[in-house]
Amino acid sequence: MSRLKLFIPLLMFFLLAGLFLFALSREGYNPQDLPSALIDRALPDFSLSTIESDELLTASDITGEVILLNVWATWCVSCRVEHPYLNKLAEQGVKIVGIDYKDDRQKAMQWVEKLGNPYAVNLFDVDGKLGLDLGVYGAPESFLVDKKGVIRYKHVGVVDDRVWVETIKPIYDELTAQ
Amino acid sequence: MKSLCHIKIAIFYVILVTISSAALAVVETYEFTNKEGRKRYKVLVDELRCPKCQNQNLAGSNSPIAKDLRRELHRMIEEGNDDEMIKEFMVKRYGNFVLYKPPLDHNTIILWSSPALIGFIALLVAFVFRSRQAKVAHSESLSDQEKDKLSKILDQYS
Repeated sequence: MSRLKLFIPLLMFFLLAGLFLFALSREGYNPQDLPSALIDRALPDFSLSTIESDELLTASDITGEVILLNVWATWCVSCRVEHPYLNKLAEQGVKIVGIDYKDDRQKAMQWVEKLGNPYAVNLFDVDGKLGLDLGVYGAPESFLVDKKGVIRYKHVGVVDDRVWVETIKPIYDELTAQ
Repeated sequence: MKSLCHIKIAIFYVILVTISSAALAVVETYEFTNKEGRKRYKVLVDELRCPKCQNQNLAGSNSPIAKDLRRELHRMIEEGNDDEMIKEFMVKRYGNFVLYKPPLDHNTIILWSSPALIGFIALLVAFVFRSRQAKVAHSESLSDQEKDKLSKILDQYS
C-alpha cells in the first residue's frame, strides 16, 4: 500500500501538465493580455488634432454614438493586417474613430490614402498622451464606447472576423439598441 | 616613470567608473530639482511593473510604454505629486497589475499569503516526516523482551 504513495509526485505531475495544456491551448490565449482598468468609465478627455487638419477635437466631439475606437500606427505590422477588416466594418456602418498612436503624420496620411480610410475621425496622438490615459501599451488595441461616452469593452490585438462576430459585435449591437 | 604609473591607474579608474554606470540598467537620465525626488523616482521605478513586459519593472524595461511611463513618473514627481497619487495614476490606467505590491483585497489575498502558507505547509511536512522517521527508528531497535532473549542466547555462547 505504501508503495503506491511513491506515485503521488507522478500523479501531481500529470495533473499539473493537464492543467497547463488546457490553459495554453485556449483560443486567444495571450499571457500579455491585461484586463482594462477603464471598463465602465468615461472616455478620458483630450485635445487633439486629426491627422488631416490642425483643428483641435475633444471627447465630446466624437461621442454621442456607439463608436469603435481603434488605436493604430504605421509602424505597427499587425495594424496593416487588421486594416482591410476595418474597411469592411466601416462599409457595414460601424463608426470607427482612429487614434494614430505615436506616429508620423505624413506616413499616416499616406497610409489611409493607399489602403482606404475606414475612420470617421482620425485623431493624431503624437506623444501617446491619450493612449496613456486609455491604458494602451501597444497597437492595435480597440475600445467600444457607448452613446454616453463610457468605455464598455477593450480588445487587445487585431480585430478580425472571428473576434468581431464572437466577441465585439454582440456588445456593439447591445449598445446600439440602448 | 612614476607619473606614467599614476596615469595608468587614473585611466583604469575612469574606465571602471564609466563602465559600471552602464550596469545601472536602461534608464535615461532625468534631472531632479531635489534629492528626495530622485530617491522616490528610484524606488517607484523598481516598484512599478511595465504593463507590456510580463515581469520587468519600469527600471529594467526598454519597451516604448516603459519609457513613456518613466517620463510620466518624472513629470509627476517634479510637479509635486506624492507616491500615493502617482500609484493611483498608474493603477487608474493600467490596473493593479502595474504594482509589484498590489493592495490587499479579496483578489490578492492568495498572492500575499501564499509564501507564509507554503512555508507553513513545508514545516508541517518536515515535522510529520521526522516523527515518522523517529517511529521507524524506534521500532527497529529491540524491545526489552527481545533484548533479554538476545543476551540469554549470547550467554550460551560466551
